[in-house]
Amino acid sequence: MRSRTVRSAIATSAAALAVLGVAGCSKQSTSTDTASSATTSAQVAETNLKIVPQMPVDQNGAEITLATDAAPPANPAGDGTATCAPLAIAMAGPLTGADAPFGTNVKDGAQLAIDQHNAANPGCQVELKAFDTEGDAQKATAIAPQIVGDAAIVGLVGPTWSGETKATGAVFDQAGLAALTPWATNVALADQGWKTFFRGLSNDGVQGPALANYLKNVVGVKKACVVDDSTDAGLGQANAVRDTLGPIADSACNISVKKGDKDFSAAVTQIKGQSPDLVVYASYYSEAALLLQQLRDAGYTGTFSGPDGLNDPQFVKSAGQAADGAILSCPCGPASGAFADEYTKKFGQAPGTYSLEAYDLATILLKGIDSGAVTREALLDYVRNYSGQGVARMYQWTPNGELTSNMIWIYKVQ
Amino acid sequence: MIHQCLGDYACLAGNIGFNVENLRNGFWQLTIDGFAWGAIYALVAVGYTLVFGVLRLINFAHSEIFMLGMFGAYFCLDKILGFAPSGNAYNKGVGLTVLYLGIAMLFAMGVSGLAALGLEAVAYRPLRRRNSRPLTFLITAIGMSFVIQEFVHFILPRIITGYGGSNAQQPIILVRPRVQFHIFGADVTNVTLVIVASAVVLAALTDIAINRTKFGRGIRAVAQDPTTATLMGVSRERIIMTTFLIGGLLAGAAALLFILKVPQGIIYSGGFLLGIKAFSAAVLGGIGNLRGALLGGLLLGVMENYGQALFGTQWRDVVAFVLLVLVLLIRPTGILGESLGKARA
Repeated sequence: MRSRTVRSAIATSAAALAVLGVAGCSKQSTSTDTASSATTSAQVAETNLKIVPQMPVDQNGAEITLATDAAPPANPAGDGTATCAPLAIAMAGPLTGADAPFGTNVKDGAQLAIDQHNAANPGCQVELKAFDTEGDAQKATAIAPQIVGDAAIVGLVGPTWSGETKATGAVFDQAGLAALTPWATNVALADQGWKTFFRGLSNDGVQGPALANYLKNVVGVKKACVVDDSTDAGLGQANAVRDTLGPIADSACNISVKKGDKDFSAAVTQIKGQSPDLVVYASYYSEAALLLQQLRDAGYTGTFSGPDGLNDPQFVKSAGQAADGAILSCPCGPASGAFADEYTKKFGQAPGTYSLEAYDLATILLKGIDSGAVTREALLDYVRNYSGQGVARMYQWTPNGELTSNMIWIYKVQ
Repeated sequence: MIHQCLGDYACLAGNIGFNVENLRNGFWQLTIDGFAWGAIYALVAVGYTLVFGVLRLINFAHSEIFMLGMFGAYFCLDKILGFAPSGNAYNKGVGLTVLYLGIAMLFAMGVSGLAALGLEAVAYRPLRRRNSRPLTFLITAIGMSFVIQEFVHFILPRIITGYGGSNAQQPIILVRPRVQFHIFGADVTNVTLVIVASAVVLAALTDIAINRTKFGRGIRAVAQDPTTATLMGVSRERIIMTTFLIGGLLAGAAALLFILKVPQGIIYSGGFLLGIKAFSAAVLGGIGNLRGALLGGLLLGVMENYGQALFGTQWRDVVAFVLLVLVLLIRPTGILGESLGKARA
């Protein structure tokens, strides 16, 4: 009995080695890939690709020339003489769960502004209270009453996602609590009639057409496949791109995948069948990196593009060389210079998407507090009448909470 | 309000395709890819099915054992073998690549095996000593699943810098998928070959272990009747530890194969959905039945792919679970039905 078992075990293992050997040997006999033989058998270099800002564009994809005499951006430290009772600014966004990196970027941006303010103004200490929505609109509706119920909170940086903002906007409107969102880009949010809604960036109605027009007019693509991830944001952005691209977006490869998917072989097969020269993915970087790499492995050589969800260093880290030449759009401004250095020093990594907007919006709230607006009504009024330069852009709002001037940045991975 | 609800549902229905053309065109490709996924599901499903057969416990933390195996393989490749994480593929040549992957697999199996043993000792043994109700075991299993996930999410980055946290690990890609040959027009890549071959070998070894060896007989004895088995001189505790160990080893192997397929998938939440699907596969094939788990895994992988092509890629997970429900409606004990403990003729 025992020897029979041992014999069959040995036989199976031998068969295993044989199969692996066959698989291995066939690996060698395939046509050599010139790219991979160029990388020597020594170390593979770390990808030196970075996301480099190209230019800001408007809705028609045309370049906007930046004014060279713009005022210096608002500094949260102010003049160091502010005095106030202990107050708090709230932040709401996904801090745990699959979307945790995004909310953490926002929280860290706001935290940096607040820490700079507190360090410079010993007479006015503001606390950041972070509320975790887990990226879930349901959870957000449970969080919103907590935020408005806390009397120390006079302003809110958030909510982060469009779904969360839609679910909670009425609560903040009723409580008169200014809610400055650094990321929610869904167009319909500004039409809800909320007096407390302020969007710190251009919405999807601007970003989608801007990117699509840029790709159509400046890059000059002829045939595109647009892939969305079935989320609110992704679908909205993808549809905006599809509408603007018009006949260039091939309807035979209008694909919807699911956020969280790891395997895109069915989508890749469908895209390959259409041979486009552009693939647009909306809208988060982890799936985008996977899709891009699987596309490149399958032999796709065209352009890859996507909106702000892809604009994160993690996208390049995950996709590696495959990301070279990818064109990204973002309503967010380039995070560089003093802000990026301070952020990296404090948090140990480069600023993520919208850390900069969160920083700017928190700065606006802090300036309001410093100027004496220490109640919710006063701060709301301050924000409504605010007009000033931030690190990312000029901030001034229309009555329904949209920025008065729109700007979308185009980035390229190179 | 109702009008809006109906409107939303109508939108949902608009997104379900019924694209037979797509399925027919890609049939063989989908089948081949489905086998690769099915192999991974099968290996993980064995862990669920063995533990259920022996302990009547659904070990929901098994998906986290798989996830820890992924991190173990990554650690081996990164720190021990010295590959720097990068989005680009290494090209070390065939023999060396197979060797490195083998070492990483053994390391991953070790990590998962130890984690499974640890899980059993920490979470389940104290409950067994107290003769807790099955519900308590279930709740503990779900709780441990969250504990391990959040440990990797928040605490692991403080122990080893760069590991864990909210983002997926930067990938270490040892094998670039290359097409080896074609079957009925479908591409078979080297990655698919390695995954299916390894899974077949491991499944065969496990089958031999359970059905032909002495401790395998012990496992079947304890599954059939724990008290009598103890009377016959089988140490129940040893058998339980062995069961968890086998499940852990296979999960570790599956973890490496998963990393081969999806190098960017190493994240604290990476085991969860796969674990649920593997559990469904185990139930599909007949919970408590080893061959059922393997069959269920393969079937689920293939059916998922077909459903994806037929209805649209976003319906992939739905297809998996709907299939489970349908099979259970028609055959409640699963396809192969018999449990681990039933005496074989």
